[in-house]
Amino acid sequence: MLTSRTFLKRTRAGAVVKVVREHYLREDIPCGAAACRLCPPRPAGAGRGLEAQPSGAASSLCPGPHYLLPDTNLLLHQIDILEDPVIKNVIVLQTVLQEVRNRSAPVYKRIRDVIQNPEKHFYSFTNEHHRETYIQQEQGESSNDRNDRAIRVAVKWYSEHLKKIEDEEKIQVIFLTNDRTNKEKALEEGITAYTCEEYIKSLIANPDLVDRLACVSDEGKEIESGKIIFPEHIPLSKLQQGIKSGVYLQGTYRASRDNYLEATVWVHGDAEENKEIIIQGLKHLNRAVHEDIVAVELLAKDEWVALSSVILQDDGQNEDDIENEEEKENIARRHLFTPADRRIPRIRIETRQADTLEGQRIIVAIDGWPRNSRYPNGHFVKNLGSAGDKETETEVLLLEHDVPHQPFSQGVLSFLPKMPWSITEQDMKYREDLRHLCVCSVDPPGCTDIDDALHCREVENGNIEVGVHIADVSHFIRPGNALDEESAKRGTTVYLCEKRIDMVPELLSSNLCSLRSNVDRLAFSCIWEMNHKAEILKTRFTKSIINSKASLTYAEAQMRIDSTTMNDDITTSLRGLNKLAKILKKKRIDNGALTLSSPEVRFHMDSETHDPIDLQTKELKETNSMVEEFMLLANVSVAQKIYEEFPEFALLRKHPAPPPSNYDILVKAAKSKNLEIKTDSAKALAESLDKAESPEFPYLNTLLRILTTRCMMQAVYFCSGMDNDFHHYGLASPIYTHFTSPIRRYADIIVHRLLAVAIGADSTYPELTDKHKLADMCKNLNYRHKMAQYAQRASVAFHTQLFFKSKGIVNEDAYILFVRKNAVVVLIPKYGLEGTVFFEEKGKPTPRLDYNNEVPSLTVEDTTLHVFDKVKVNIMLDASNIQHQKIRMVLVEPKIVENDVPANLSTEISSKNEPEKKKKKLQK
Amino acid sequence: MAAPELLSDEGYRADGRRPAELRKIRARMGVFAQADGSAYIEQGNTKALAVVYGPHEMRGSRSKALPDRALVNCQYSVATFGTGERRRRPRGDRQTGELALQLQQTFEAAILTQLHPRSQIDIYVQILQADGGNYCAGVNAATLAVMDAGIPMRDYVCACSAGLAEDTPLADLSSPEEAVGGPRLVLALLPASGQIALLQLSARLHQERLEAVLEAAGQACRALHAVLDRVVRERLREVTALLGD
Repeated sequence: MLTSRTFLKRTRAGAVVKVVREHYLREDIPCGAAACRLCPPRPAGAGRGLEAQPSGAASSLCPGPHYLLPDTNLLLHQIDILEDPVIKNVIVLQTVLQEVRNRSAPVYKRIRDVIQNPEKHFYSFTNEHHRETYIQQEQGESSNDRNDRAIRVAVKWYSEHLKKIEDEEKIQVIFLTNDRTNKEKALEEGITAYTCEEYIKSLIANPDLVDRLACVSDEGKEIESGKIIFPEHIPLSKLQQGIKSGVYLQGTYRASRDNYLEATVWVHGDAEENKEIIIQGLKHLNRAVHEDIVAVELLAKDEWVALSSVILQDDGQNEDDIENEEEKENIARRHLFTPADRRIPRIRIETRQADTLEGQRIIVAIDGWPRNSRYPNGHFVKNLGSAGDKETETEVLLLEHDVPHQPFSQGVLSFLPKMPWSITEQDMKYREDLRHLCVCSVDPPGCTDIDDALHCREVENGNIEVGVHIADVSHFIRPGNALDEESAKRGTTVYLCEKRIDMVPELLSSNLCSLRSNVDRLAFSCIWEMNHKAEILKTRFTKSIINSKASLTYAEAQMRIDSTTMNDDITTSLRGLNKLAKILKKKRIDNGALTLSSPEVRFHMDSETHDPIDLQTKELKETNSMVEEFMLLANVSVAQKIYEEFPEFALLRKHPAPPPSNYDILVKAAKSKNLEIKTDSAKALAESLDKAESPEFPYLNTLLRILTTRCMMQAVYFCSGMDNDFHHYGLASPIYTHFTSPIRRYADIIVHRLLAVAIGADSTYPELTDKHKLADMCKNLNYRHKMAQYAQRASVAFHTQLFFKSKGIVNEDAYILFVRKNAVVVLIPKYGLEGTVFFEEKGKPTPRLDYNNEVPSLTVEDTTLHVFDKVKVNIMLDASNIQHQKIRMVLVEPKIVENDVPANLSTEISSKNEPEKKKKKLQK
Repeated sequence: MAAPELLSDEGYRADGRRPAELRKIRARMGVFAQADGSAYIEQGNTKALAVVYGPHEMRGSRSKALPDRALVNCQYSVATFGTGERRRRPRGDRQTGELALQLQQTFEAAILTQLHPRSQIDIYVQILQADGGNYCAGVNAATLAVMDAGIPMRDYVCACSAGLAEDTPLADLSSPEEAVGGPRLVLALLPASGQIALLQLSARLHQERLEAVLEAAGQACRALHAVLDRVVRERLREVTALLGD
């Protein structure tokens, strides 16, 4: 069974070393065809393999039953097509898989997923280890040529092998390649070979697939007449050399949201200098797309520029002439696609269904960017629905922020506990029965995933016992199963304005794990004994079982505390908690914790249409801070415990101190109001923020706090064994973690597991004690949290648009937050809404603008605008561009002559009568 | 470039083996006429030579002699040409010294040393080509050489390494697999009795996984035993044929 053959390989690792690897060739590798009796049976659980009667789409080129066999490049570029349910019965060679793996990790992952899917009947054939399909590299043959030959040999073997199957109908193997020479060679050898385009076009029933072909034009096909716009990319070998020698810097490319001709590159590595590099101009940007990994070479120092404060949008008005001509020629097929994210350039696609796609949200993939083209080439992937539609827009923003939002699969749901669920003896083994305690929960109204509850009582020695009880999600989600993997992947629950994308299935989030009142629930409790000065005397953790006595809202809890008549257990407990919380908060602030502010809005939704009716900023009550205070305390206590127990792999959360330069904007802005903000430490900052008040301008302090929030760094999860800076800047705590919301954050589940092991209530498992795996997980969690935040903001923005669509045009008070060269950013406190007021408009003479960077201020004609100035703006929805509906703001007061409210626009909107209609509906 | 995959989704390792499969083994006994016993073994590309002298009178200081059993003296070395890059290594280096000591412990457990009190048995192992599982190949070669010398043993000593790919244990790691850096377990087993002569684990391994990996290594040792046994019987037949019935 084993035939051994060795092959030689030379690698260059400083010196030339000869590497000898064994390579075993086997005879027991199955061909994967269901009807084949010649091959040994496939091992169980290795997918379904190829169908005996291939049921793929009918092709006019090849009417008989057939299997497809793509080559590497085809797979890399046309993965979108291969993923379509129409394409079935594809043989993926090991040679191809290996090449794909080395060239593109995402495509490799996608093809692996397709192979796993039993519906698709993809089969991966280990040809490199098959005795009859293995070939050796010949003298003078490049490894690419060798691989191409290996693929052809495998195709040939397959077609001969399949002939031997005694079946009424012979199955053909079709080799798909876009490489012309490879195809010619294959045809010479008697192999049926087509290009992808030929094959897809021949599919009788599915003409729409053609749209999804990636347009990777061959070198020869490129339009010769095209003017070369971009310089050539530097070859990879030279790049690597350059990066090694320090000539080039490697970093992540971030296109600017505000200016399409500008981008920044975040240089990788820890170097303090040259951390962020500005790139300006089309030529220098050289076809990079947002989030690319790029190499940059610094210009001479005298050519360095500062980030311009101009806001520029690519309207395509000043396109090159060639571009327009080209479009006219192919007007029927070629179109420009405008991405929802402004940082992505427009993409040229070829489609036949332009009429139906107009005004729809679609997914497009970029295939390439030729040097002579202003825009990259791409192909159509999927239609999501019509633009502006609420469902579609939500889908778009979830996709845009990479939020996994598919319903939970059967495999995941199968790990849920069976209903009706009850607590068994087994569950009680490591648990303490705390059902007698007077526990209650305090949450925002309408909250169904209650993950924390509190209690407080006086004990015999006069001290106070305070308990924080957290839903025991890790009891239901066991490590390693599909449910655990899915939640780990999702990382967090995403709250959109009208929708919640759960991290764990609803049965858990809203029922079994939710600490509702008057039912027995499993919990993980953190119980302190404190004295009346809120000093912790003893900390204890235990898995427990509780029975909450009441689920209150913040307002209800506040009412109970304030009421003079109520004196039941719950109320006294709440009063005790509130008293302690105040002391704790004061201690924390004395330690230098920051109180920041960011305007949060809440929509009041119409119960039928789910359209937003009213916008309101969230109000904070004393009870909010009471609950928060104890959650912080629990998190800190747990962090200390797990770090003490597992110094190498505790999952913690840190908040790095921002670099001093981040505060420039804040300090300057405050100075303009004659206030001084100290930023040398968190404590100094907190104190100076407290002092920064102006009697005639009460909102100033909030504005300053909003600005301070913008200066902060992101808090991140990390693994204690991989880092040595644990400090949480915002909370002024030397150590911190997340323990209190396991229903909506995966990090908390891990922390629960660690803590359970630490107190001996649960056992470890291999992944938990692997710091590299934990570090990878932190990376994913940080990414998901960031994306969830962005998605949330995008959802708020979209609903704000809907709101103003129904509301029509309004004038509101606003404050200037930032001043730019040609615009000001304003904040409308009433709605917590932020917007940009431009002073330049197309087709109108630009007003005289004078920007002063030092103060900072902007003088438009004769009016000077400063940061924090109170202004009045006119708000309306600009729906002229259906893809990019946006809120448009115009300054009303102080009045600038040139910048009148455009009369025509306002009449246009009111003539639609939309606001009136909406209002009528509401009155019903 | 992506890190190398230890085990493909199809269930093959980088060199085409299945997780539990050993590399190809070839072995010969009695390669040197002058020594009392000698053997040569190839496990894949790992090649080891073992030579045994003794039991003989104590050499050097007689004071080291043990009154009730024989002293087992081992030396372990890797040939300068044994690795891809030619490197001169001084014989007294820490790692080989340690391995020699382990070899000595292994064979003290396996050889019936009490049959030869006050005498000495020398085992010299040299790795001619290193390609993963060097120590194991050395132990296997030494077993054959000791047998070739006609020294009574309790049992064969079979050694094999095992590793872990995600959660599948892999038997008999080759050098590229060792280079990935996962946990590596070395087991020297007396297969008939199932006694463990040596168990070594490098890198951390969760206790839940230990049993599976140990089992894989044990299986591999038993498979190795079958091969070595065949070699020994073959050799015996040859020798007895030479003697002429």
